[in-house]
Amino acid sequence: MSGFNLMEDKLTNAQIAWRAAQDIEDGSYVNLGIGFPEMIAKFQPDGRDVTYHTENGVLGFGKAPAEGQEDWDLINAGKKAITLKPGASFFHHADSFSMVRGGHLDLAVLGAYQVAQNGDLANWRVGTKGVPAVGGAMDLVHGAKRVAVVTDHVTKDGGPKLVEACTFPLTGVGCVTRVYTSLAVIDIEDSKFVLREKLPGITLDALQAVTGATLHIVGEVAELNVPEGIS
Amino acid sequence: MNKTSPSLADAVSDIPDGVQLMIGGFGGSGAPIELIHALIDRFRATGSPKNLTVINNNAGNGAIGIAAMIKAGMVRKMICSFPRSSNAEAFNEKYLAGEIELELIPQGTLAERIRARGAGIPAFYTPTSFGTELAEGKPTETFDDKMYVQELWLKADFALIKGHDGDETGNLTYRLAGRNFNPLMAMAADRTIAQVSNLRAPGSIDPEAVVTPGIFVDKIVEVPAPQQEEVLVRRGVVY
Repeated sequence: MSGFNLMEDKLTNAQIAWRAAQDIEDGSYVNLGIGFPEMIAKFQPDGRDVTYHTENGVLGFGKAPAEGQEDWDLINAGKKAITLKPGASFFHHADSFSMVRGGHLDLAVLGAYQVAQNGDLANWRVGTKGVPAVGGAMDLVHGAKRVAVVTDHVTKDGGPKLVEACTFPLTGVGCVTRVYTSLAVIDIEDSKFVLREKLPGITLDALQAVTGATLHIVGEVAELNVPEGIS
Repeated sequence: MNKTSPSLADAVSDIPDGVQLMIGGFGGSGAPIELIHALIDRFRATGSPKNLTVINNNAGNGAIGIAAMIKAGMVRKMICSFPRSSNAEAFNEKYLAGEIELELIPQGTLAERIRARGAGIPAFYTPTSFGTELAEGKPTETFDDKMYVQELWLKADFALIKGHDGDETGNLTYRLAGRNFNPLMAMAADRTIAQVSNLRAPGSIDPEAVVTPGIFVDKIVEVPAPQQEEVLVRRGVVY
């Protein structure tokens, strides 16, 4: 075995976000889910012009303002203060979700509790306790041309998050097309997980062992390498 | 037609018990705090209105606005997409104690159900929630080989909304992301009550800049320098 330590050698969230950012195309309209997926904007490659959408009705927002400079009427769906880029626009909620459902967004990136090999996503609720809340997740998974997930490959207990079938309540059926994990990049094609990239340090067997469904290999599996300085 | 209301108290004076009430805003942005607080004042003075069903994206934050309505015991049911947030104790406590009902609706479906009522469309189909527990019991249909869920319009007796500029005919503009649900709720409710930061003479707002035309607004009241919900929550203000 290679000496790969699953918990120590896996990618950090920032490193996963960096990898996901590399696939965001120039000229695209993108919605990044609240929390971890939002980090992807920080790693947008130079020279690419990307317009970010937020569900509460802003297109073309930029970085957070400096502390003390917030205008709390200008927020994103995560209720964080934002700034505007030149060319930004405001619109009401029905127009905002028309952009989503109408297929006008190129990419939506969300977090996940579980992703199934058929593209089912569970990311809004883990059980029946507490106060349920869904927000825009169920809308976002239907409409964007590509729906990607960023996630740790395994749960905090080391159990698989990529599974044959979700056991948590579903957010959407057959909606995810690509998963960026802390160990690999995996596409979902014809209800199968197709391994595209993996960390060079982990063996295929070790990766399969922490994945809850069969990883299919179609052609070459590339090395997943993240530049120094991203942590 | 002059729809100006002389005071906040007058603006909310005819909202009875038991009605379905839309309240604009998303988080702290675009929330009509002064109208909500005027309604709470009326409840404290007269015991009405109570047993309200409130429609908003969230379920109140901190101890002001919708959270203060819930805390005061005016709200029987919340219809929203995201009741859970870092300062939602007022709702959480009542919900976990079984003292308030919750109807959870995906955010885009909530917006479209409100819009549909305003547009006079009783039902529509959306891909959102198909195959999830939030679609249980709802009719489904296939269009172009894809599955969709039937959703009904969402009605309200009254709406409380917040605009930026307004005129006495009810024309409204909004400030920044404060637009959110406000224009939709203005269309959907039987009676819409708007607070605005600047109440101006007709003709002062460029017709091309009007976001909500006055036909959707029944009463308008000026609240210069309105309070901002997020700012109040961060200061720990209790209403």
